[in-house]
Amino acid sequence: MTDEKNRFEFLFEMFMTFFKIGMFTFGGGYAMIPLMEEEIIHKKEWMKKEDIMDLFAVSETVPGSIAINTSTFIGYSLAGGVGAITAMVGVVLPSFLIITAIAAFFGAISGNHMVDAAFLGIRCAVVALIWKSAGGFFKSSIKEKKDIVLLISTVLILLFTSIHPVIVMAIAALLSVLTFKLKSGDSV
Amino acid sequence: MTYLRLFITFFKIGLISFGGGYAMIPIIEDAIVKNGWLTPADFYNIIAVSETTPGPIAVNSATFVGYRVAGFFGGISATIGIAMPSLIIIILISTYLFKYKDSKVVENIFGWLRPVITGLIIVAGFHVAKTSLINEGAEMSIPFNISSVFNIKGLIIFGLTAIMLGKTKIHPILAIVGSGILGVILFGFF
Repeated sequence: MTDEKNRFEFLFEMFMTFFKIGMFTFGGGYAMIPLMEEEIIHKKEWMKKEDIMDLFAVSETVPGSIAINTSTFIGYSLAGGVGAITAMVGVVLPSFLIITAIAAFFGAISGNHMVDAAFLGIRCAVVALIWKSAGGFFKSSIKEKKDIVLLISTVLILLFTSIHPVIVMAIAALLSVLTFKLKSGDSV
Repeated sequence: MTYLRLFITFFKIGLISFGGGYAMIPIIEDAIVKNGWLTPADFYNIIAVSETTPGPIAVNSATFVGYRVAGFFGGISATIGIAMPSLIIIILISTYLFKYKDSKVVENIFGWLRPVITGLIIVAGFHVAKTSLINEGAEMSIPFNISSVFNIKGLIIFGLTAIMLGKTKIHPILAIVGSGILGVILFGFF
């Protein structure tokens, strides 16, 4: 009975957390990372930074919206299939409500000078938020020389070529398997 | 019938688009033109709104297109359509992922992917910077003129946020609300 109740309470808490994240994510899936870090890693302590990074890596490689993928993944790893649905609905619902309201009542929100000014201000801050998260991820992902090479090549490839991120990740995964095979071949 | 077509169309889009919301935009446009649902100008307005309002761009644009095409339930059909493939794929993958998560090969793959992800996040910051800190159509010239390339007011908001984030434990939501207010003051009134 109490287990049942605790589980419901946990799911509700999770729903509210993802609702909050969906509500305050401006500028695409990556802008969600600082919020997820704050809420899921620091405040609720549901997961570790490395765990979220790994789920994020997988979310990036499968089709679909990165925001939905990451939330669904986190939901699943916290509370199984029901958790996945709870997190997904939580993160999607604010968007759905806001857009439906805009489409129904205002026609178009962009074009309003003050609204545009607020959103422009927010985007400037989002750059700082995203880079701060990148700094945290840097600390937990860069452990040896090859990591720094991987990081710099990724940034250069994505900034200066039109190669898709999924391709970059696929190549990195392939290289990891190849070098792993070589290393374990040596040691045997 | 339109509801079902919206659902199927956005389900397909969710299933085939790699790389998140931005990658979906051309695919959604294609589907809209093929079905004769909206004019291109209408669609660009929708994308502009989807990018500025909170939430995933994929969900925003799906909800908006669905609503424009078939009202409230059209919005619901398109939104469920775009989210459903993610749910199915992730539940399928999770079963395997968590089973093999502690295997040496998988652990090694993630060790290689983490620096790549860090790189992706840095680049994502550059993309947002392009729409906020850098002036539209800016070109590097000699002598270098900082105010023609960078949006100075934007840099002020960026700098203040960076300092606050570095010095205090300010919650991201507070930073977002604060920068929205600063945006209204700096860009709205001056």
